[in-house]
This record gives sequence, C-alpha cells and structure tokens, in this order.
Amino acid sequence: MSELTDLYQEVVLDHGKRPRNYGPLEGATHRAEGLNPLCGDRIAVQARLEDGVVRDVRFEGSGCAISKASASVMTGFAKGRTPAEIDAVFEQFHRLVTEGPGAVDAESLGKLAVFGGVHEYPTRVKCASLPWHALRQALRGGGEAISTE
Amino acid sequence: MSVSGTSAAGEKRLSGAAPARRPAPAFDAARAREDFPILRQRVHGRPLVYLDNAATTQKPRAVIDAISRYYEEDNANVHRGVHLLSERATRRHDEARKRVARFIGAPDPREVIFVRGTTEAVNLVAQTFGRTRVGAGDEVLVTELEHHSNIVPWQMLCQEKGARLRVVPVTDTGDLDLDALEALLGPRTRLLAVTQVSNALGTVNPLPEIIARAKARGVPVLVDGAQGAPHLGFDAAASGADFYAFSGHKLYGPTGVGVLWGRREHLEAMPPWQGGGDMILSVTFEKTIYNALPHKFEAGTPDIAGAIGLAAAIDYVDGLGLEAIAAHERELLALAVDALEAEEGVRLVGTPRERAGVVSFLVGDVHPHDVGTVLDRHGVAVRAGHHCAQPLMQRLGLAATARASFGLYNTPEDVDALVRGIRAVREMFA
Ligand SMILES: Cc1ncc(COP(=O)(O)O)c(C=O)c1O
Repeated sequence: MSELTDLYQEVVLDHGKRPRNYGPLEGATHRAEGLNPLCGDRIAVQARLEDGVVRDVRFEGSGCAISKASASVMTGFAKGRTPAEIDAVFEQFHRLVTEGPGAVDAESLGKLAVFGGVHEYPTRVKCASLPWHALRQALRGGGEAISTE
Repeated sequence: MSVSGTSAAGEKRLSGAAPARRPAPAFDAARAREDFPILRQRVHGRPLVYLDNAATTQKPRAVIDAISRYYEEDNANVHRGVHLLSERATRRHDEARKRVARFIGAPDPREVIFVRGTTEAVNLVAQTFGRTRVGAGDEVLVTELEHHSNIVPWQMLCQEKGARLRVVPVTDTGDLDLDALEALLGPRTRLLAVTQVSNALGTVNPLPEIIARAKARGVPVLVDGAQGAPHLGFDAAASGADFYAFSGHKLYGPTGVGVLWGRREHLEAMPPWQGGGDMILSVTFEKTIYNALPHKFEAGTPDIAGAIGLAAAIDYVDGLGLEAIAAHERELLALAVDALEAEEGVRLVGTPRERAGVVSFLVGDVHPHDVGTVLDRHGVAVRAGHHCAQPLMQRLGLAATARASFGLYNTPEDVDALVRGIRAVREMFA
C-alpha cells in the first residue's frame, strides 16, 4: 500500500501552503483558466512571453493542496522556457502522474518529480495536471476557460 | 467529543475520551450491517467506513439475491409474450410497482412511473407537464438548496419557453427563507420544484408548510425525494404534492431505476414523453393511440430486474422499519454533529433547524479534496466537492465542502473513525 506521504511529500505540502508565483502578473501577454468540474476548483494562469520565451508566469485561484503545489512548482519551472519545451516536459509530467516514476526519466523532471506519488491516486491526477492545461492553453493563445474533462 | 476505543482494530485509544453517547438499542445497526456483503471488506488496510450514502447506498444481500434470482428463474420481456416466463416477469414487474405505491402512499399504482432515477423523473415532468403549462413570461420556482438535477431541467424549459426561473433563497443556517417563498409565489408561477432534504447540507424542508403555501396560490409542487425517501419516507396522498421523484440506488436498491409519482389527473392530461414500444395501444403511420397509465410514460423495455430489486429494497427497509431506521440515523447524526462541533478546527457548513442523513464540514483551511483523500486512506469514504449544488455553494461563499452522509448500517464507531481521520488531516496539514 502506498503511504499518504508519497502523495503529500514535504515539498508538495510546503508549496500547497505557501505557493510561489501566486497573484496577478503585471504586463501578462497570455492568460487562461483551468476548471475542474469535479470539485469546482479553478486555477488561472498568466504569462509574459517575450521573444518566444516565457519570461514570467504567475497563477491565482482556489484549489486543493495538489493543484496549488503543482501550479507553484510549474510556474517556477516554466520561467525561461519556450512553449515547445513546456509541452515536451508536460508530456513527461503527465506520464509521471498517470504511470509513476518508473515510466519516465525522473532526473529530467527535476523538482517536478515530487509529484511521483500522484499516480497511486487516480482521482487526484486531474488536480496535478490542471495548472499545466491552463498554462499550455494560455501559451497557445487560448484564453477560454478549459476543463480537465 | 467522545470516541470509543473499541472500534477499528489496532487503533490506539484517543486520550481525553469520555464514553460515547449511544443510540437507543431498539435498532441494531451492527446486525443490519451484516446484511451488506460489501461492508465486510477492508480498504487501504482498514475496515471500510462508508459515509457516502447520499451519493449512493450499499445493497443488502436480499436485493442482490432478488436480482440474481430474477435472472436465474424468471427473465423474459414484459407485456409481450404469452409464455410462462413472460407472464412471471410481467407479474413481478407489476408487483414491484404496487410495492412502490404502498411505500410512498400513492393511491393508485398506475400513478407510479418507473424511470432511471430522480434526474429522469424531473426531466419527464419538465418536458411534458412543464412544456404544456409554462409559456412566455411565466415563472418556475426552484430553491437555492436544489441539486443540479432539479435546476437544469427547469432552466432548459424556461429558456425554451421564454419563461423565468426564480429562486427561493436560503438563510445563513441553510434553511429556506419561507417569507421569501411567500413573496415569490405569484400569479405567473406555474410550478414549485423543491427538495425534501438537501443533499449538500442535510436540511429537512418543512414540506407541509411549503406545499400549503403553494396550494393556496394554486401552484403545483414537485418534490425531489432523492434524499428524503431513504431517511424520512413520503406519504404522497397526504402530502398535497403533485409530483414526487426518487432514486432506487439511494434507497438500498439498484442503480438504473427510480420512480416518478404524479397525481392521476396530471398524468392523464400530460402528453407522452418518449415514443416507442409499450407506450402505444395501436400504431398506423397516420395515427398512434397512446397506452393507458403508467405505460404511456414507459416507452421501451423497462429495467425489469431493477424494479424487482427496488421492491426487494423496500421490503428490506420496511422489514427493519423506516421509523426505527430514521430514529437511529437521527441519533447518529446528532452524535456526529456534536463530535464535529467539538473538534478543533472543524467548521460545520449549514446548521439547519432539522437535518437528515448529511453533515457538511470544513477542516481548517484544508481543501475538502485533500480531506477526502486523507480520510479515504483511513478507510473512511466521504464525498468532497460541490455536491452538484454549485448555486448553493456560491451562496455560501464556498467552492466545496467535505460531506459525511449516513445510512442504516452506520454505527457510532463510524463516527469515531471519521473523527480520528479528521485529526489525521489536521496533523498532516498542520
Ligand atoms: C437531492 C438530490 N436530487 C437529485 C439527485 C439525482 O439523483 P440521480 O442521480 O439518481 O438521478 C440526487 C443525487 O445525487 C440528489 O441528492
């Protein structure tokens, strides 16, 4: 049996409680909102893209510890990367949260690897991926609210 | 709060525990629990404590057996064969309808329409009764306590007809504001749709008073009995209501079957809903003559096994006595409310005058989803979310709550397990 602490690792709890990059972003060029219809949670992501690179990214909204921590770690990770790089990492991240650490090169994920316990909790996969959907939607020039369904 | 040290094996006794207040021994929940095979399992290495009964209840052996027996011995289509099996299946389906009629005090079994569940029952009324009664500028009245399934069908109808959906507000305690109801009942009100019991807060609505007020203005009333039927029962004839809807699966019966009861004069006057087999007397390409009640509203092969399973569930509940079950659940709920109120960091959401089945709560500023996950790992199944009542959640200024909901097989030990789980939540997110 997996332990609760696999899901709620210290780093996850910390980011959930004290999310980084939380609040409005001055001069945002891209924004989108992610909705989880299961629980009514919403995470809004704003990014400033310059020369094809994410210079800054912040998020706001209400969510559980997992979705807030995921948004917090993701925003830190996304800074200085291109949308294509972010898409590629998301693919790895999605595999991590659905299939587990064995299915990916965890090294390449860096700090994102703290979500390695999520795959044991199928109902929480959407919480972890919600901010990513919002960010990628924003960078594609979306802006419509998107849902995890 | 009080917690017993005798429950889940291997749990350590909580300090500062006074002896728990126990429900009267008239009803033996621990014994009834034995009738439910699913409750014997362990989840995540702990005994299963099932507190998600408002979502769906577990099924007693008697219901599981009735369904198996039907398929093993009687299965055939109804109303269609001259052979013995079809006669038996038809008879058992008819008997199930009569059983339901007796359970809800319907004067005539032909007023009992089998549907898929509460949602389908409400949609049926909206699209037949509603469509013929509601026009441009008219009003349909719902309440802030309603489940989405008693909101959206009316919203769709109002959109189609250019009518207005109006909403009876709740007070801060989670009770309906009856003065506001009075003010909202107007000359254009064509229907009031109201729940018997709130699935999100547990509020028991004062139906006699509500129905009397609507009747005084000549407004028909649909009662959503999804949560009321299992905890309070219903007396259709005495209630003054015009329609009553409930789901078999929340009453210890199978999924896929539910009931719409309606007053005979309404059902006779309503156009059919879905067309097909069984709902007709004769068909030519020029003209179809519709069948009599209840078949007019039951197009196609019904969920025969489901209806038989539902009748078995009603037999089971009546065997234990709905009164006794209700008394047991009331005591359990009082125990849970007291325990949660006394628990540090826990806030109850909704403190209605009268409550049935449900208690909604928050643990500090921990998101209910996280509360649900931690409780699950402690073997305690609760629901976390908006409970398909988003307008109510908005009114309360919340995105979600955690909800514990009780059934006949729950015991004071289950309340203890809930409290222990909540303490683990607080520890984890301290
Ligand atoms: C008050 C209330 N109304 C309606 C429903 C819908 O019932 P069903 O999903 O069985 O159609 C529910 C169940 O979730 C409910 O609790």
